[in-house]
Amino acid sequence: MRFKSFLSAAALGAAGLASLATAPAAFAQAKEQFFPLLVYRTGAYAPNGTPWANGKQDYLKLINARDGGVNGVKLSYEECETGYATDRGVECYERLKGKGASMIDPQATGITFALTDKVPNDKIPLVTLGYGLAASQDGGVFKWNFPLMGSYWTAADILIQHIGKKEGGLDKLKGKKIALVYHDSPFGKEPMPMLEERSKMHGFELVKIPVTAPGVEQKSAWLQVRQQRPDYVLLWGWGVMNSTALKEAVATGYPREKMYGVWWAGAEPDVKDVGESAKGYNALAMNPSGQSPKVIQDILKIVHEKGQGTGPKDEVGSVLYTRGLIIQMLGVEAVRRAQERFGKGKVMTGEQVRWGLENLELDQKRLDALGFAGVMRPVSTSCLDHMGNSWTRVHTWDGAKWNFSSDWYQADEQIIKPMVKAAADKYASEKKLTRRTPEDCQS
Amino acid sequence: MLYRENGQFKSSYRADQQIFPILQDRIAIAALLAIAFVVLPLSAPEYLFRAILIPFLILSLAALGLNILVGYCGQISLGTGAFMAVGAYAAYNFQVRIEGMPLILSLLLGGACATAVGVLFGIPSLRIKGLYLAVATLAAQFFADWAFLRVPWFTHDSSSGSVSVPSLSLFGLSIDSPARKYLLCLCFVSVFALLAKNLVRSSIGREWMAMRDMDVAAAVIGIRPVYAKLTAFAVSSFIVGVAGALWGFVHLGAWEPAAFSIDRSFQLLFMVIIGGLGSIMGSFFGAAFIILLPLLLSQLPAWFGLPISTALASHLEFMIFGALIVFFLIVEPHGLARLWSTGKEKLRLWPFPH
Repeated sequence: MRFKSFLSAAALGAAGLASLATAPAAFAQAKEQFFPLLVYRTGAYAPNGTPWANGKQDYLKLINARDGGVNGVKLSYEECETGYATDRGVECYERLKGKGASMIDPQATGITFALTDKVPNDKIPLVTLGYGLAASQDGGVFKWNFPLMGSYWTAADILIQHIGKKEGGLDKLKGKKIALVYHDSPFGKEPMPMLEERSKMHGFELVKIPVTAPGVEQKSAWLQVRQQRPDYVLLWGWGVMNSTALKEAVATGYPREKMYGVWWAGAEPDVKDVGESAKGYNALAMNPSGQSPKVIQDILKIVHEKGQGTGPKDEVGSVLYTRGLIIQMLGVEAVRRAQERFGKGKVMTGEQVRWGLENLELDQKRLDALGFAGVMRPVSTSCLDHMGNSWTRVHTWDGAKWNFSSDWYQADEQIIKPMVKAAADKYASEKKLTRRTPEDCQS
Repeated sequence: MLYRENGQFKSSYRADQQIFPILQDRIAIAALLAIAFVVLPLSAPEYLFRAILIPFLILSLAALGLNILVGYCGQISLGTGAFMAVGAYAAYNFQVRIEGMPLILSLLLGGACATAVGVLFGIPSLRIKGLYLAVATLAAQFFADWAFLRVPWFTHDSSSGSVSVPSLSLFGLSIDSPARKYLLCLCFVSVFALLAKNLVRSSIGREWMAMRDMDVAAAVIGIRPVYAKLTAFAVSSFIVGVAGALWGFVHLGAWEPAAFSIDRSFQLLFMVIIGGLGSIMGSFFGAAFIILLPLLLSQLPAWFGLPISTALASHLEFMIFGALIVFFLIVEPHGLARLWSTGKEKLRLWPFPH
């Protein structure tokens, strides 16, 4: 009996293996632009990953339902759960890339690092809006990476600018103490070179306080904050780490007004549990929240009212949902741009979408037409600049919602540019790559 | 009927002591190797290599290494992730810092560094046993996490703490295609599996097993505990270190310490327990179970066209996987390898069992 059941289990396993092997090939479809969606809806990062994933999916649904795709090419997609784990993310990437992936947004810095080596071979552009590798802004070395609209270096730079402004000038930062409470992973470490550079320039002291991932246990980190008494705390967290940090700040009595989060630490799930006591907490905001923008109204009307929505209706327009929309919109617009050059109404390959991403020109008029008026500022990319812009604002939690508390900032090119170039060159020499030639930029 | 050894007479000690004494087994293994070395590289799709075969092979190798320590020598270790990390980061440093370092050499040197660290953290095993030792080896895990996160030298001053390896090449041959990467891993796994099998059949393997079964009795009959335990740690962490280096170099390409976290240690320990303690074959079964089954489960809804959400699919995957672990441990507490050998026993008698 036992042996029989084992045999049948083995047979089942073998059958399963065989189908594992053939799975990706069976999906080759024509006339559909395929978007692989790497998401995480489970695990410690799910509260933040879910609205992001919903935004991405809803935008694709909107384009299909409202416009019938891009110039007649329907958009298709498939989700794959990564759980924020790098090895699982790599597996998802391998699983979905065989289906004609046009671009990939891995939703995690760790997965981005692992995929950065793989995408040039597979010819799939890697879009990492506001995260990933800061040096990949340099398109001369990172041909396939697109950290659109900001990297951790621009974020760190802008936070220091903002704090300097609060203090009444960057020179007033001298002698101050700024603590970076960070997620102990490449994501949290990425801003350090920029902060160190700024600390040398302005003479503030930078204290680095790591928080072990996923960040549910932060007592020792906040004990350090209490001992060091920094003038400001920069919070570089994601997922449960953010709300835990705010709770710990309340427990330690650190003023929330002195805390500044990166744009991944400034969404509703981060502050909701803490509620009233998170009042005064600030974070960078690449995009606003709320249901007033036209694109969100369209989604509510065309997608959600027909019962096609991906998540709960009241989460439509939350900070991370809207960011998901922006990411997907940039991807779709890259396809549209590529179609202008390579043939309207055709399915674009990864290489062609890459060209589209590199030649994005979304001016205000185009953004208004897309319904993104008031959501973001114009983006235009080039061969050498894969970021497009670094405009961002600061918003503050008032206990019930996020309100903007600053004007638009842009990262200081004088500081960023040489650092990006040096880091990209270092990467190129380690990887034995050569910079792209001007002819390559044309192609 | 087909699988029986009637008429296969052994006329020399050599024939009696071979790894696969039964002719049918030898044929099966030869066929398996032929498929693995020739058929698969020619025919398998890229997804199979990159997402299934390569991780399966590398983690089988790591499980094999751990099995020597836990299964053969009886020293429970929770530091496997750490030894993998040491192997990976050491190999990375050899590769990056020394110009023109051959790939194989840096992988093996990675293993050598892991050996040194493994022996160091194996020293407490001379005094503490069983679960207490497991807790002590946790120290290795936390130490490695700390070192690779905090000491910038190990990561070649990478600002983000993530390291990535340059393109791999071997004897002037570029290891870029998935099939080549797979073959590289397969060679390592085959060689190490053969070595491990022969080690555990030799006097040193018998010393390990004697230590496992009763260390006092083993010491009484003249086995030196220091030597037996530390060699087990050394061999085990060498293999685990090479597996770690392969995981970083071949599978991930770029990694951070989280790739070798405590979760990895547990995962490998479960592989060994589910696959079968004290069995080379069991390491492969365990790795297959732990690596392939979740992937299979995660893809099932899509094949059947079930419109369930990603989150639900992921939760179902965890639930079914957990239930299967419990099921297999109840059916056969000695692991899948024992099921396999029971199966072979029955097959010898089939179709006329007594």
